[in-house]
Amino acid sequence: MSSTSTTLEKPNSGTWDGGNEPLKASYGKLMMWFFLLSDAFTFGAFLIVYGLSRHTHLPYNGEPEAFAFSQQWWPIPEKVYNAFPGLHGMDLPLAFVALMTMILILSSVTMVLAVEAGHRMDKNDVQKWLLWTILFGATFLGCQAWEWAHFITGDEEGMLLADGSRIFGANLTVNQYGPPLFADLFFFITGFHGTHVFSGVVLLIMIFINTVNGVYHKRGHYEMVEKVGLYWHFVDLVWVFVFTFFYLI
Amino acid sequence: MAHHSDNDMHHTGDIPEPQTRGIWKTFFILVAITALEFVFAFFMEAGTARNVIFIILTLFKAFYIVAEFMHLKHETKALIWTIMIPLALIVWLMVALLAEGSYYFESITNYF
Repeated sequence: MSSTSTTLEKPNSGTWDGGNEPLKASYGKLMMWFFLLSDAFTFGAFLIVYGLSRHTHLPYNGEPEAFAFSQQWWPIPEKVYNAFPGLHGMDLPLAFVALMTMILILSSVTMVLAVEAGHRMDKNDVQKWLLWTILFGATFLGCQAWEWAHFITGDEEGMLLADGSRIFGANLTVNQYGPPLFADLFFFITGFHGTHVFSGVVLLIMIFINTVNGVYHKRGHYEMVEKVGLYWHFVDLVWVFVFTFFYLI
Repeated sequence: MAHHSDNDMHHTGDIPEPQTRGIWKTFFILVAITALEFVFAFFMEAGTARNVIFIILTLFKAFYIVAEFMHLKHETKALIWTIMIPLALIVWLMVALLAEGSYYFESITNYF
């Protein structure tokens, strides 16, 4: 048929003929978005289970000054997270977590600056900002390690049990701060987030090495920095939610 | 050589000046909102009202991170909705499980 020859001459360009980019984003970036969407479900489920557990426990209704740790009620976060490295025995509610939040927001900014430098094909700037991001990410991980160590060890006072004994610190079955479930969720949620930060730092180190070796410059674009950047901002985003629902509310 | 549509840089000789004003603006907004959260945490009594304020401020922060840092605001409409619509499932799960938790708590305190 004569129509066959015309179809061979012209490339197909209909909606379903392939070659269309309705989302105007590269394959890699699109897949990173979808991965992050699925990750958002995981973190969302974690935080919602935290809310569920909280609603199934008695809230503390007394005066905040008279608050004492008990397995009867859910603890007030300000009374749990009030320690700061080097300032032993001082009551500094949420001070350390504020520092951690600032570090993570700052690392997000240096990450955008690296992406921006990548758009300009400025290899030196990309290296510089990636290095800052790695530094802030590693600092955040160090802070979290300290916080975990403190949470696990507990303070001198501990929690007075009904039989007169005291428990100190927390693990998956015993918790001086409140119901054991509180400690479990702390370990799972901040631990899962910390694992993400750790993976992010590993990815950042990998793309830093590639940048130094000029891999992306030879390739002609720094899209890999953008993709890891998306992941890194997502980790920051999750922390914003963890911070609110775990430490503030 | 340059596949990136934003600039056509073919050689390293002339690297354009960085355009970072918007980035730092977003950073200061995020820091200001976080500072505001601490003001509320220390100077307002705990309760539903304070929690609502915290959640609204958190959503503001989330908006700035996703829209500006993750650049979603500047993507196509189709991509924005592809990401945003499935997140409605999280909202549904949250409403469902919080109601479930309250019901469970009420049941065990009233009947046992």
